[in-house]
Amino acid sequence: MNNKLSIRKDWTLIESLIDANSKVLDIGCGEGGLMAQLEKNIQAKTNGIEVSANLTQKAIAQGFNVVQGNAEKDLNQYSNKSFDYVILSQTLQAMIRPKEMLLELLRIGGKAIVSFPNFGHWTIRLQLLLLGKMPVTKGLPYAWYETPNIHFFTIKDFQNLCQKSNIIIEKGLALTSGGKQVEISSGLSGANLFTNEAIFLLSYKNFEPIKTELKQKSFVGSSAIIS
Amino acid sequence: MNLNFNIVENSELECSIAEFTNTNCKLDSGFQLNNFKIAYKTFGTLNDNKNNAILICHALTGDQYVTGKNPLTKKNGWWSRMVGPNKPIDTNQYFVICSNVLGGCSGTTGPKEINQISQKIYGAEFPSITIKDIVKVQNFLIESLSIKKLFAVIGGSMGAMQALQWTIDFPEKINNIVHIAGALKHSAQNIAFHEVGRQAIMNDVNWNKGSYIKKNIIPERGLAVARMIAHITYLSDNSMHRKFGRKLQSRDIISFGFDADFQIESYLRYQGRSFVDRFDANSYLYLTRAMDYFDIEKSFSNSIEFPNITNSHINYLVISFTSDWLFPTSENKEVVKKLNYFNRNVSFTEIETDKGHDSFLLDELELDLTIDGFLKSNFKKINPHE
Repeated sequence: MNNKLSIRKDWTLIESLIDANSKVLDIGCGEGGLMAQLEKNIQAKTNGIEVSANLTQKAIAQGFNVVQGNAEKDLNQYSNKSFDYVILSQTLQAMIRPKEMLLELLRIGGKAIVSFPNFGHWTIRLQLLLLGKMPVTKGLPYAWYETPNIHFFTIKDFQNLCQKSNIIIEKGLALTSGGKQVEISSGLSGANLFTNEAIFLLSYKNFEPIKTELKQKSFVGSSAIIS
Repeated sequence: MNLNFNIVENSELECSIAEFTNTNCKLDSGFQLNNFKIAYKTFGTLNDNKNNAILICHALTGDQYVTGKNPLTKKNGWWSRMVGPNKPIDTNQYFVICSNVLGGCSGTTGPKEINQISQKIYGAEFPSITIKDIVKVQNFLIESLSIKKLFAVIGGSMGAMQALQWTIDFPEKINNIVHIAGALKHSAQNIAFHEVGRQAIMNDVNWNKGSYIKKNIIPERGLAVARMIAHITYLSDNSMHRKFGRKLQSRDIISFGFDADFQIESYLRYQGRSFVDRFDANSYLYLTRAMDYFDIEKSFSNSIEFPNITNSHINYLVISFTSDWLFPTSENKEVVKKLNYFNRNVSFTEIETDKGHDSFLLDELELDLTIDGFLKSNFKKINPHE
C-alpha cells in the first residue's frame, strides 16, 4: 500500500478535495507519504496516526507528527472539529464498526475523506456469480480466510449508509480498473459497476458551528452553514 | 534577568561549575536558595546562530557525565551510546549540555555540599526540592551560558519529568522535547517503592538523621538495599528470567543458607554495593521525594489550554517501552492524549523490548533511529541551509 516511489493516484485525488492551508489528520498514515505530499503541494498542516510501530518510527524520523495508535481505540484523544479534514484511506472495510468510524471521523473533522475498494465492481460480481467463490482481485488480493477486510460493501451500500446517518456526500470520485477518474453522482449506477476504488468527501448535515481554531472557510462548502 | 555568577573549571570533577550568588531563587517549598552552584559538562560547539543547544536531563541517579569518561567511576558516561560524535545525539552537530540536578551529589548544590550561610554540610537541613526547582536552577545555567532558546530538552524517567516541566515553565526557551519513559505524575506504586527505599536508608543506624558525613560514616547498608529494590523496578520479569533464570552463583548446589545462592541475588548485591561508592544517601532521599511530588496533570493541561506564554511551536516526541512497568505506556500516552486533544505537534511511539524501564539506557536500535531522525528533521526546519 505504501509505495514510496510512485505518487499514488488516489493521493492525487484526495489532494484535489482539500483546500490549501488546511489542518489534516491522516488515519493510517504509514510512514507519511500522503502527509508529505499535502504539506508540500497545498501547505497543509498534518498530523497522523499509525498502528505499526515501525512505520510510525519512520514517519517520526522524517519529521512528521505521527502518533502510534489504533484507529478504533485511539481517536477519542482528538477533540471535536479539531481538524479541517480527516482522511481514512483504504481501511473502512477493515474496521470492526465502520458506521461508528464514519461518525467519529466527522466528529473530529469538519470534513472527512474516505476511500475504499468497491465490492460492486463487475468483475467481483461475476466471480461470485460464475465461480461461486469469494472474489479475489488486484485491489482485494486476499483469500477469505486471511483477509483483513472484514466488511465488504459497494458504492451503493455506502451511499445508503450516508443517507441514513445524515452524512452529506459532497463529492465522490471513482478510479476505474483502467486508471480512469470519474465523478460519482448519486443517480447513476454505472459507477458502482466500473469503480475499483471510490473516494468520498463527506460532511455532516446540520452540524453545529463549534468555534475552534478551525478556519472559517472549511465550513463554507457545506450546505447547512452560511458564513 | 540580572545574574551574579562565576564559572570555574573543577579539575577534580573534570567539569565546569557555575556558581551563583545573591540570585533570587525561591523554591517550591518557600525556601530562598540564593547561593548555589551547578556542575555541568558540555560537548560539541555552540553554532553562530546559537540554535543547536540540547539540554539533556539525567535520571534519578545520573550525573553530568552523559558521555565521555566519568572521572569518578572511571567508566563511560551513562548515555555514551546515544550521545557523542556521529551518535544519534550528534555532538558534531549539536552543543550538548548536561548538568547535575539540584539536590544531586556530583558537584551541584545538594545535601552533601556546604551551606554557604552556616558553613556546615547541609545534610537533612537541605531544603525539600521539586522537579520544578530542578528546572528552575537549570534555567539559570542556560541563562548564564547566554543561550536564548534551546533546540531541544531530552530526558528519560526523572529526566522526562524535567523535560515536561520545561514546556510548562519556559516554553519560549525550547523548540523540541524528547520525553522517554515518563509520566504526568508519579504513581502510587512508584511512590511506594521509593518509600521502601527511603525507609531502608533512614533505618540504617549510620544515617544519624542525615548527619553522617561529619562522623565519617555512611548508611551504606540502607542505601544498598534501596538501590537493590529500585533496580528490580528498572528491569522486567522476562529480562531477569532471560539473564539469570534460576542459575546458581559460583556453586553447583544450593547452600541451605542465606548466601547469595542465585545469580540474581549476587547481581543485586553487587548493584547495591557499587552504588554506595558513587551516590549520597541524602541525595537519594531528596531526589526520590522530588519525583514523588511530581504531578503536573493540571498545570500541564492549563499550560496548553490557557497558555501565559505561547507554546504551540513546541514539537513533542514521547517514547515508551512495552515492558516498562514503572512508567508504562499507558502513562506516557496520557501526555500524548493531552497534546493531541489540543492539536499539538506531538509524536509518539512504543518500542517493543523486554528490557523494562532501563531500556532507554540500553541498546535499542529503534530508539536511536527515532531520536536521530526526529532531531535531524526538526533541526533542518530551523536551519534549512545547513
